[in-house]
Amino acid sequence: MFGSSKKTIELAEAVNEQAVVGRSLWRDAYDRFTSNKAAMVCVATLGCIVLFTLAGPFFAVWDNETIDWTAMGDVRGLGAPSVESGHFFGVDDLGRDLYSRVIQATTTSLLVGLIGAAMALIVGTLYGIVAGYLGGRIDGLMMRFVDILLAIPSTLVIILLLVVAGRSFIMLFVALGAVSWLSMARIVRGQTLTLKNRDFIEAARAAGVGEFTIMIRHILPNLLGVVIVYASLLVPEMILAESFISFLGLGISEPYTSLGALIAEGAGTMAYGTLWQLLFPLFFYVTIIITMFFIGDGLRDALDPKDR
Amino acid sequence: MALFSVRDLNVSFTTQDGMIDAVKGVSFDIEAGDCLGIVGESGSGKSQTFMAAMGLMPKNGLATGSVQLMGREMLNVSIPELNSLRGRDISMIFQDPLTALTPHLKIVNQMEEVLRSHQGLSGRDAEKVALGWLDKVQIPEAKRRLDQYPHELSGGMRQRVMIAMAMLCNPKVLIADEPTTALDVTVQAEILDLMVGLQKEEGTAIALITHDMGVVARMCRDVHVMRHGEFVESGSVDEIFSAPKKDYTKSLLTAMPRLDSDDAPHAVAADAETLLNVDDVMVHFPIKQGRGLFSGTVLLKAVNGVSFDLRAGETLGVVGESGCGKSTLARAVLQLIPPTAGAVTWLGQDLVGLTSHALKSRRKDLQIVFQDPLASLDPRMTISASIAEPLRTFRPELTLAERKIEVAEMMERVGLDARMVNRYPHELSGGQNQRVGIARAMINRPKLVICDEAVSALDVSIQAQILMLLKGLQDDIGMAMIFISHDLSVVRAVSNRVMVLYLGRVVEMADRDALYDEPRHPYTKSLISAVPIPDPHLERTRQRLRIPGELPSPLDPKAALRFIPSRLTSDAAYQPRLKEVSSGHFVEEHDPLETLLDRPA
Repeated sequence: MFGSSKKTIELAEAVNEQAVVGRSLWRDAYDRFTSNKAAMVCVATLGCIVLFTLAGPFFAVWDNETIDWTAMGDVRGLGAPSVESGHFFGVDDLGRDLYSRVIQATTTSLLVGLIGAAMALIVGTLYGIVAGYLGGRIDGLMMRFVDILLAIPSTLVIILLLVVAGRSFIMLFVALGAVSWLSMARIVRGQTLTLKNRDFIEAARAAGVGEFTIMIRHILPNLLGVVIVYASLLVPEMILAESFISFLGLGISEPYTSLGALIAEGAGTMAYGTLWQLLFPLFFYVTIIITMFFIGDGLRDALDPKDR
Repeated sequence: MALFSVRDLNVSFTTQDGMIDAVKGVSFDIEAGDCLGIVGESGSGKSQTFMAAMGLMPKNGLATGSVQLMGREMLNVSIPELNSLRGRDISMIFQDPLTALTPHLKIVNQMEEVLRSHQGLSGRDAEKVALGWLDKVQIPEAKRRLDQYPHELSGGMRQRVMIAMAMLCNPKVLIADEPTTALDVTVQAEILDLMVGLQKEEGTAIALITHDMGVVARMCRDVHVMRHGEFVESGSVDEIFSAPKKDYTKSLLTAMPRLDSDDAPHAVAADAETLLNVDDVMVHFPIKQGRGLFSGTVLLKAVNGVSFDLRAGETLGVVGESGCGKSTLARAVLQLIPPTAGAVTWLGQDLVGLTSHALKSRRKDLQIVFQDPLASLDPRMTISASIAEPLRTFRPELTLAERKIEVAEMMERVGLDARMVNRYPHELSGGQNQRVGIARAMINRPKLVICDEAVSALDVSIQAQILMLLKGLQDDIGMAMIFISHDLSVVRAVSNRVMVLYLGRVVEMADRDALYDEPRHPYTKSLISAVPIPDPHLERTRQRLRIPGELPSPLDPKAALRFIPSRLTSDAAYQPRLKEVSSGHFVEEHDPLETLLDRPA
């Protein structure tokens, strides 16, 4: 009854030709986001910073490990930012090139933010969706587990993990991921609970769609808006957490560095007239955090279903 | 000089897509003690006309023209000046009485607020006036209601409170914006009676905004038919109903299914096989009551022993007021909610207790169309993806191209433009979305479709189209239907047999004509007498049957005995039985109508 008759084939072709492209909710959100000036400026600024971390090393005269012994002797004089010496951002207290160090630190901080948020996104979403959709006793158990973990101060957890398992990149991501998915799981579960009672889920069930498929095909896409908004706000939070730990001296260890560690060093030498050691990392740090928050805000305005 | 006069009113809104003219040059007058009807479908601008007159416009709205109350200009005057009129000389009641009442204030405080600002009354004096009005709107136990919160009252009582509040200062004009749309028919009849009474006793002029021609026929003397922000036709009720001049008015009148029309339901073959047999199905929900140590669970008997069978190609109408278990019954039949007890036999096989896998293969033949067309579609999916979903489940062997063709054919069949395949639900109108919902239910050519209030959220003309479509599909595919609705006229228009539900139980079940022409059970009688008929002559002469008392809570164990109070004293746990009074006509036991009417509320 289908596919064979000429008429239906013509019909299908005609449909493909004239079909109006619908405006999905994603498309609407995209338009709203791009018309948000503050968010777009922030996206551009953040883009410049990312570009700087990628292209910056090609212009560097010094690498981030080599100690400039001459500058080290007179950090305040010879180590000051200058184009001639090749130390565009000056040198740090040990005579290492701050320009290369800032690039390295910015990369680290951005990675920490992204990977930490991504871990939260994946683990939290899966956990929350399963708990919310299955409901009942399983939901109760899963959520009490989250509650217990949330009751332990997250900084303490991160510090303990770093101390016990050693300070390494991997461990830092694991530690940040381990604490960040908890609130994500709660948000996703709450959303799932409201979604699963909506008519269209019942309609899908009446249409014989399996439970797993309903979760993937119907619940997940409708959650994504909220999840993306929350994840985008989680990125700066991760960076803040990492910086705080590095500031305490427990984060990433030498020769790696992060913005938090650089700011800690810079703050330590503030009194000796080498203010640039604080200001350069601080500038990048503040810019990243502010732009991230603005982007997250823009995403929320664009994706928030209450707006519709 | 008219009491309330509107001259050349224009209302427009600035939106992102440019200016939208909601009301275009409307003029009308209301005389003292008159009732004027404004009829129109959603989006016709009927509400906006009065919102503008009351100064209740959103910030992006602009109103021009003139609105005068007793010669005083009301339009675009300052808020304090307007406030001296609003609530005192002109007041308004809304469609949804729950959202129009402040949830955290007791009834007495809400009423006192109005009295304080307009008459300077407070404390005891205000309470006395408030109580007086609650009595006048016939709220049972008025004194107790004063100290209750809005959520503790039923829908009908809330609307009575709204009316009492609106009447507190004896306004000259009462604007009623769809006052009964959210209410059940019997409650609607009572509220309308109440409004007629107020109009007579207090001489209040009423402006009634509604989409229901039946309500207009019953209440109004003059009518304006509104469409796209303009009056299409105006005149007295008798003229408009007996000799409508404009096509739109005619179409509105013919589109509405009437209780007294003489159409016949489509015939069912005498030898049609029995598809579905529902035997004594019960759905009970445990409800937590009380707090802390003394909390216990009470069983809410949403469906309490319902039996019926359904033959191929037959349509069974299910009517009942809100909370009677119609939707729960539908879901229990489809096994979307597991029944607590009873059997649902589909083609000779019991569906209750089947594993989800075994059930899945049956789902192909069992489909449902929901009430809210927009909510029943996944907002992130294109409509063609939604329609194709059952195909993906039940016929995975189809290729993408074949599926597309199937969907295109189905869309054409339900009257959707083929170019809309990639549209999303939020881009379509309610009627179009309901067509999508129907296409999704029909794409696998099911043997049974349950329509759960499938047309209740739609405008009259759209409703008529969707009913036509469903009937047409039934002729093509020959599926059986269970048509659930609170609207007795709609059910009458499509059903072969009708079942009346009351608090989870069948009170009467019979062939369509037998049920509507000779209802036996008092509840059925009161339901049928409450439905307004779009014919002013008939409406004026019809007698209404009012059974005293509010609809009891389903949690009340004595609720089932409302129609057989003689048993209350002797055997409170008695369950009334269904008896066959004539072939195929089942009626639940009840006391004679006279004794029921004599009982105090």
